[in-house]
Formats: sequence, structure tokens, C-alpha cells
Amino acid sequence: MVDSTSRLPTQPRRLVVVGASLAGLRAVEAARKAGFDGEIVLVGAEPHLPYDRPPLSKAFLDRAVAGEGLAPPPYFRTAETMCELGVELRLGVPASGLDTDRRVVLVGDEEVAYDALVIATGAQPRMLPGVEGLAGVHALRTLDDSIAVREALEAGARTVVVGAGFIGSEVAATARKRGLEATIVEALPTPLVRATGREMGAAIAALHERNGTTLRCGTGVRAIEGDGRVERVVLEDGTTIPADLVVVGIGVVPSVGWLAGSGLTLDNGIVCDENLWTGVPGVYAAGDVANWVNPLLGERQRMENWTAAAEQGAAAARNALDPEHARPYGTVPYFWSDWYDVRIQFVGSPDADEVLLVDGDPDGGSRWVALYRRSDRLIGALTVNGQGEIMKYRGQIMKRGSWADALVFAEKRRELARQKAAAAAG
Amino acid sequence: MKCVVDYGKCTGLGICESLAPDFFEVNDDGDLELLKEDIAPDELQAVEEAVAGCPTEALSIER
Repeated sequence: MVDSTSRLPTQPRRLVVVGASLAGLRAVEAARKAGFDGEIVLVGAEPHLPYDRPPLSKAFLDRAVAGEGLAPPPYFRTAETMCELGVELRLGVPASGLDTDRRVVLVGDEEVAYDALVIATGAQPRMLPGVEGLAGVHALRTLDDSIAVREALEAGARTVVVGAGFIGSEVAATARKRGLEATIVEALPTPLVRATGREMGAAIAALHERNGTTLRCGTGVRAIEGDGRVERVVLEDGTTIPADLVVVGIGVVPSVGWLAGSGLTLDNGIVCDENLWTGVPGVYAAGDVANWVNPLLGERQRMENWTAAAEQGAAAARNALDPEHARPYGTVPYFWSDWYDVRIQFVGSPDADEVLLVDGDPDGGSRWVALYRRSDRLIGALTVNGQGEIMKYRGQIMKRGSWADALVFAEKRRELARQKAAAAAG
Repeated sequence: MKCVVDYGKCTGLGICESLAPDFFEVNDDGDLELLKEDIAPDELQAVEEAVAGCPTEALSIER
């Protein structure tokens, strides 16, 4: 006799998605688009309807536009639209446990049963120790975080950002745009090394000084002090920086605490195969929490970007509902960041044997293109204000294009730009 | 079927260009140019991926 509880029903009738951000939303929408007409439950820790995160450290923080007021929360869908999708929303209470034998997710006191499960619980920001209860110190991950940071900026806060990553850099740029004092403190000697490599990390970071933001690298934070509310940041080298707002952007950790003892393999997120399958019947993962094998780059990766969350959410739901026809999810990673008047875009992997500048000049310029070589293959590309260039390289990396071809292409692009410039000069 | 761009939403992030380069190209100014509108049946999947991949939800297909 077959133990029916250990096998997925051939036709899942109840899809549960844990995590109500981008990946979770896309899972729900992809399930309906694929024709799934069973029950769908979407569980979210926050009380909000699904919303978009990239604006939270960018346009959402901006000053009010005359006649329009401050930006509204960037909700993806209205409650009516979610209702039309036939989704039962369980918002405001986080999932706290998973029993894969009985196929139930624990949410508060309730057990939510599933046939197919997509886990998209994302990641939570790392926080500095000892700042609990000190007003004016924030991470920036949620809508509530962003609203609090914006209120402080509206009040004219002297801003200190801890961590020179993309989120912190965007916040500092926004503060400067408002004419406020902004300082970024980074413990490492060079920022953004993990995301873009050493040379380009230094080049991008130089944009801060050029735009009036103070950047202090190679020194950690000793203490954040104040009487109930933050007043100053004290650095390891003894420097004291007055502050009304401190935004901590020192990275995130995948939100897997609730999965302890579930039987899922947890190691830098939820370990999945290339189909985003966890190895446990019916259970798939997507978004920042998924550590999967990316067949396009041949690497095990955990992404923290919009594109991967959106695409993985959809792919995980499709595979969870039809595991026999599961398809691998591969991508050339992409992220972007907007600072000052500059758009930074990166595709591929920064893990390279060589980084070559093929256009523009980071020394003093605010537009350049750099390519990343691994062995004889193009593996990554970075552009700063090179919106017309970046996606052409993403296309080449998708097709596993060679380094030699990429260099020929880069020369063609330079020649084209020269011709255009000459024509414009008349 | 036609591909439609809402230029009020588009910020030129360019994901569409990498997924359906016959339809979309971001120019040097960072603005999206629609290279063609009409979608043939064998092009539909690529354009659908571009629509789904747009972070500003600026793309749609008019059927």
C-alpha cells in the first residue's frame, strides 16, 4: 500500500503561497494564468497588500511634487483585483512553521493546508546591535520603514547611512537631492565589491563625493548614541557625526527562521534545484529566499533583485502545480540603482577574471561601460548612464556569447556613437 | 495583436529589450523606442515575457 500523504496529489487543488511581496504575487498570478482554478491562499507577514519595493529607496522618498503631494504607496494591485483573482489573503500574521508530512503551514494559531506550496518569504535586513528603542534609526525594507525615513527627511534630518550598498546609496542620494547633509559610513575599504567587483565598486562610489555626499570607507560604527532618539554616530576611529536619521543598509538575511525543523535544506536560504524545487514533494521556493542552481550561468545563486523575484515567483508556481512538466529557471541576473542623476545597471555575474572599460571614463565622467570576462566568455556588464548599451550585453550573455565577440560589438557601438556625434556637430 | 507602451510609466529599465529585441530598444537618452507594433504568433511568447518582466508595468498587448 502506498502512503498517500507522502506523495503530491496528481492534481493539486489548493495552492498556498507564503510571502506576499513581488514573488508571491507573481506566483498567484501565474497560477491563474496557467489555468489553475483551485483554491489559492496568499499569506503575508505585513498588513499591506503586495507592494513594489524598488521605489521605497528611490522616488517614494522624494519631496512632494507641486500639486501632487508625496508619492502614494506603490501597491501592485487593489483589493478588488486580488479578489477577482480568487485569492484568499491572510495578511498581517507571519507563517511560523511548516509540517511537510501533514502538508500544513502554521499561521498564527491556524493550520493552512496545501497540496502545492510556494515559499517566497524574502529576506530581512541586518541590524546593528544595541539600537533597539532608539528613535530615528531605521532599516529600509518595508513600506513602513520607507514612510518613517521619508518623514525624517521631510523634517530636514541630518542623515547618516551605515553601509555603502545600493539601498543606502540611494537613500543618501535622496537626502542630498533634498539639500540635506548626508554621510555614508562603510566598514570595508571599497564598497559594492560583491555586487560589481573591486575596480567598478570604487568607481561607482566616487559618484557620492562628486555629488556632495561624504563617504567614509574602512571604518566601522562603534556606537549610535542618543537620549531616546538618535543624536550622533560614533565611528571606530573616534569620529563623531551628528545625526537625526540613521539608515542601516548592511545587507539582508533570508527569512527562513520559521522553517527550522521543517526538513527543508537551509543554507543561505532554501536550497533548491534548477526547477526551484526544494526536494520535498509539492514545496518550491522563489525570490530572495531561494538558493537555486542557475543553469544559465552554471552557478548556485541567491538573488536579491526585482527581476529574479518576479520570474521565480511565476516559475515556482507553474512547476509546483505541474511538477511532471517542471521547467528549469535560468536567468542572466539584472539589477539597477538610481543615484543623483545617474542610473547604474548591471547584468550577469561580477565573478570575473577581467574587468575591461570599453566606453566612457569613470574618472570625472558620469557615463561608462565595463565588461566582465570569465575564461573566454562574456559573463557580466556594468553601465553607468548607459541605458542604450546594457541590454545588448544581457542578450549576448543569455546566448553565452564569447568575449571576443563582445569586444567587437563594443567597438561597433563606439564607432556608431562617433558617427552620431559627428553628424550632430554638423 | 499589437504591443502597447505606456510612456507615462516607462523609465527605460530595458528588460524588454533583452527579452524581445525585435520590438524594444532603449536609446542613448534612456528612452524606450518601440521598433514595431504588430506581433506575429511566433513572436508572442517573447513579447509576453517582456510584458511580465517590466518593473513599471508599462507594457501591454492589445488583442
